[in-house]
Amino acid sequence: MIEQLSVFLENEQGRLAKMCRVLGDGGFNMHALVVADTSEYGVARVICDRPHAARRALEASGFAVSVTKVIAVEIRDRPGGLAEVLELLGAAGVNVEYLYCYVRPDAAEAVDIFRVEDPAAAQGALEAAGISLVRATRIYELDAG
Amino acid sequence: MFQPELEAMPRDALEALQLARLRMALARVYANVPLYRRKFDEAGFRPEQVENLDDLKRVPFTVKDDLRSAYPYGMFAVPLRDIVRIHSSSGTTGQISVVGYTKGDLERWSELMARTFACAGAGADDVIQVTYGYGLFTGGLGAHYGSERLGALTIPVSGGNTARQVQILKDFGVTVLACTPSYALLIAETAAEMGIDVRQLPLKVGVFGAEPWSEGMRDQIEKAMGIHAIDIYGLSEVMGPGVASECLHGGGLHVFEDHFLIEVIDPETLEPVPDGELGEVVFTTLTKEGIPVIRYRTRDISRIVPGECACGRTFRKMQRVTGRTDDMLIIRGVNVYPSQIEQVLMGIPGVAPHYQIVLRKRGSMDSVEVHVEVSPDIEFDEIRGLEALQKKVEDAIAGSLAVSVGVKLVEPRSIQRSEGKAKRVLDLRAEGE
Repeated sequence: MIEQLSVFLENEQGRLAKMCRVLGDGGFNMHALVVADTSEYGVARVICDRPHAARRALEASGFAVSVTKVIAVEIRDRPGGLAEVLELLGAAGVNVEYLYCYVRPDAAEAVDIFRVEDPAAAQGALEAAGISLVRATRIYELDAG
Repeated sequence: MFQPELEAMPRDALEALQLARLRMALARVYANVPLYRRKFDEAGFRPEQVENLDDLKRVPFTVKDDLRSAYPYGMFAVPLRDIVRIHSSSGTTGQISVVGYTKGDLERWSELMARTFACAGAGADDVIQVTYGYGLFTGGLGAHYGSERLGALTIPVSGGNTARQVQILKDFGVTVLACTPSYALLIAETAAEMGIDVRQLPLKVGVFGAEPWSEGMRDQIEKAMGIHAIDIYGLSEVMGPGVASECLHGGGLHVFEDHFLIEVIDPETLEPVPDGELGEVVFTTLTKEGIPVIRYRTRDISRIVPGECACGRTFRKMQRVTGRTDDMLIIRGVNVYPSQIEQVLMGIPGVAPHYQIVLRKRGSMDSVEVHVEVSPDIEFDEIRGLEALQKKVEDAIAGSLAVSVGVKLVEPRSIQRSEGKAKRVLDLRAEGE
């Protein structure tokens, strides 16, 4: 399981920069960041090193942060790669809440981050099809809750 | 009950007593207080026109300024030689007003404060520490004589020197603490610093009043001290503490209706509101001799809590005072008190009871937006969940206030905190948009 930080942000100038500054000053390197927004607020989803320490640092600076468990899957960087995985999950009845991916130009695989209703069922369905989850240690530096 | 023959009187007998006392009180002020004579004459009202309690509606109101402008003795209804004690309002909002008590007033006040302690379950076997300030403030001496009248062991500590308060609490086997709720919290904190666990002491109940406090604060005090915290109500203009008190069944404060008539009015129209609806509390004293007040507008916001109480008292209850009319907003014709919004928020997990009401002008309409802090410990990863939370708050406010307002979720601790009175309303209507 990957531990992702979800940070509540008001749609106000400088809030995202402030969040990044807190993480930067604390030495927490970010590996993925995506912002979901409405007209009034947003949620920044962050995968970074030492997520629990990062959470404490953000909270000390007044941010509301939850730690959300997500799963990461490596998918070959070619047309149809993601569609296959989604079809697999759909067939297993696993609902995907949201997903985002990051692609590194020099790698053959893209990493997709999934937030699903039932992570155990998702893991089972993927592993039955020979797709293993990406271990957290391959993406970021872990720490204890 | 301290006076069960009065406190548990059948309602019809009580109302007959109220009417007889009201007629006497009106006749007395008309004869003896120039201000009332003038007001009644201007309104074309004569005390003998009162034939039932409903006729009270025809009597002119009294406001704080009436008392202030009569400073110091202009409102007294008896000669000064019959006055045996003076107290005064705190004067934090302007000129102080002076209240005078006859011997009879002090006797009745002591009885009413003895009732108050009895409401909290106290009796002659108790040890009562009076930590309200002694002096011109009504709290200290009011509680003191009530405690003695009850026959309890009375410790007249007055306020201040918190470490000594804790020492007395512990060494004297105090069972009842009478002070302001904020001071009770300070005593609990100080005790903890001194290594004394108040929960292990004989203290069983606190009689707290003289300032507005919330249910949240009650929980905090009850947990920290291991006691029942009882809310009491009074104001110097009407008498001092002992006008109304919670009993151990909670759910509102019994108004001592054999001595005080309570009305709840709409502060705009001045018409009475139905039982159960919020409005401004108005008191008429029925037995005060020194300085009777007639339809005195307190500016306190409360409501009558309908229904009978399991304690057996027949006196109606008023809800804990939740604010002042000065804070009232009129939103699209509906009276809204900021404290109502606080109450709604207290019942919704996921939001903190920190909020600000932002008023703006959109065309000719007032737009109202309530900014609410999300609670720092909620799971809010999904926008859908946040939208549901926002909708829930909007629905709860609309349901409770009968007016729909927009809700905006804001970050924790983003709404400015205040040491004293929180600034709950941000009025930008003059600035346009």
